[in-house]
Amino acid sequence: MVEIIIKPNKGFFNLDLKEIWHFRELFYFLSWRDVKVRYKQTLIGIAWAVLQPFLTMIIFSIFFGKLAGISSGEIPYPIFVYSGLLFWNYFANSLLTASNSLIAEQNVIQKVHFPRIIIPLASTFVFLLDFVFSFIVFVGLMFYYHFFPTLTGLLLIIPSLLITFFGISGLSLVFSAINVKYRDVRYALPFFIQLLLFLTPVIYPVSILGKYQWLLYLNPISGVIETIRTGLLGVGTINWFAFGFSALISIVLFFLGILYFKKSERFFADII
Amino acid sequence: MEKIIEVHNLSKNYKIGEEKERYYSLREEMIKLAKKPIQWLKGEKTSKKDFWALKDVSFSVKKGEVIGVIGRNGAGKTTLLKVLSKITPPTEGRAIIRGRINSLLEVGTGFHPELKGRENIYLSGAILGMTKKEIDSKFDEIVKFSEIGEFLDTPVKRYSSGMYVKLAFAVAAHLEPEVLFVDEVLAVGDFKFQKKCLEKMSKVSQEGRTILFVSHNMDSVARLCNRSILLEKGRLIMEGPTPDVIEKYTGLRKGIGPEINWENPIEAPGDPYVKLKSVRVLSKEKRPASKLEVSEDFYIELTYWNFLKGAKLLPCIRLVNNEGVYVLSATNLPSVCSEIDHWYDRPCPEGLFRCVCRIPGDLLKEGHYFINIIIGNLAGVIDSFAHVYEDQILSFEIIDKKNMHKEHNRKILMGVVQPRLSWKTEYQEQSSSLLK
Repeated sequence: MVEIIIKPNKGFFNLDLKEIWHFRELFYFLSWRDVKVRYKQTLIGIAWAVLQPFLTMIIFSIFFGKLAGISSGEIPYPIFVYSGLLFWNYFANSLLTASNSLIAEQNVIQKVHFPRIIIPLASTFVFLLDFVFSFIVFVGLMFYYHFFPTLTGLLLIIPSLLITFFGISGLSLVFSAINVKYRDVRYALPFFIQLLLFLTPVIYPVSILGKYQWLLYLNPISGVIETIRTGLLGVGTINWFAFGFSALISIVLFFLGILYFKKSERFFADII
Repeated sequence: MEKIIEVHNLSKNYKIGEEKERYYSLREEMIKLAKKPIQWLKGEKTSKKDFWALKDVSFSVKKGEVIGVIGRNGAGKTTLLKVLSKITPPTEGRAIIRGRINSLLEVGTGFHPELKGRENIYLSGAILGMTKKEIDSKFDEIVKFSEIGEFLDTPVKRYSSGMYVKLAFAVAAHLEPEVLFVDEVLAVGDFKFQKKCLEKMSKVSQEGRTILFVSHNMDSVARLCNRSILLEKGRLIMEGPTPDVIEKYTGLRKGIGPEINWENPIEAPGDPYVKLKSVRVLSKEKRPASKLEVSEDFYIELTYWNFLKGAKLLPCIRLVNNEGVYVLSATNLPSVCSEIDHWYDRPCPEGLFRCVCRIPGDLLKEGHYFINIIIGNLAGVIDSFAHVYEDQILSFEIIDKKNMHKEHNRKILMGVVQPRLSWKTEYQEQSSSLLK
């Protein structure tokens, strides 16, 4: 028989994997709900997932590619920027949604007990669906511009998604927990993400930063974007160091996120 | 029998700081904001008060028992359930629960309005801790219990509130925990469905499940629970057989007589802006009385201090009967007053105010009534923006000394009120002409 002991928080670290395992299906149900609800009562539905990056690509190509004249090397600027947006959009949208996820569920948090960590983690999955659809457009662009992926590039898609997922999770665990107490996050984060776009090699290649390139790699999404771009378009050589560094940073972020989240989790119901 | 719940000196403390206070205007908010750095520089700390929502609560429950938790609003009932169901941690003390817990603090937790009834059964079930397999196996039973029938594939945002509640409760009623915590969730829904839920819950306890049941409805507590605990201001003040505890609870109010009075605004109930001074029940002759004749008018008088210059206050009296049903609300809104109260919608200066409300005779039935006092502000919705919110502050009894209703079979007089109504029967036609 289970014996549950309820006592004041002593502040030690207890991830309680057993309980998370018990509620494992809730990951599925919450993600499933988000997918179901996402495009309800919209006219063009899932087409938004394709339209958004596609229109962004056109606008960026006009302003940054043509007017500002940012050089994308041998790669035509539209497909260059689209390959960056592919992972960037997944990163930015998930991070924003996951960071607001606890507040969105505040009613449930005050009424039912389950491991809270499931809420921000589950809320990132819905954007995988968007990713898949915008990836299909990317394949179309590759045909159009006659690019062929390398085998390494194809094999790196899943690891890249994993790195992105760990990075998003780590950051959003911290932000969503802070957001419970200080709603400032809600206003500051969109701004922060907007700025981060310019510190990520989405609209320009890493090479334009010269010897300060390493700065970009502090952002785990940078390594992923560069690697996928090189691998899938088959132009240039993969910077394995940058890729490995991205992986390391995102895993470190993930564990820091869990630590911070668990520390503040117990009082969510009181202060939300 | 083994103890399935053991609670030892459980306490829960909330810090009520300045941030918790409601702001009334942007201007005040900005002044407070501007003061903060100055206070900080001076080394003043924002005043934080300790509030013990629960204090040294100890009790134990045996397997299969259904325990009622009784107390006024703010006595700590919901906090107790929240601590025991791990939603919020205690500040002191501990509790041991031997079994799988489920809590039902609200109907429809986790429902999403855009999803269909069918989908919400799965979603809500999963949030309440059921596995997909469990939901699959009980799905048909849940649908049948909910009585929603053909609306199963309609988004719940199109449901009537009654249907919504029924579906939500049907999911919750099919949880199979060893320990179930139920908060005031039966107060919603129609009477027939409430009865069905009560029956389902008592069936649950016969199967050996343990239930902690919070309700304002003494009737359902009495029906469901053999034993009850009584909370008052966060403390457990009585534990015992349900009829005794209910008697003590109603007696707590009955004992205090027809009036309650505070001399000092600091101790009086209310927020810093408005404080209640007194509440009195006055007989027809304007004398304090706790027993009132069914056919005679009586008065409820309240006095309060206003410290918020220019506030437009909305005092309100609510009467609740012994079953926890709201019988009536009285306030100075012009639409519900027989004459215009000239302090309605008028900025009040600081000072003491007195309101008297006349309740006509031949309206309320015999029985015990509780008075709730709310002093709201016309700036906001009354309940969520109340300066004073005192639940069951006084009680009185309507009696029938003159045997007004005793002339005939009283069983026919069902209902919450018994006003004296006009009734006329006419003789219209001879029966012999009908037969032709």
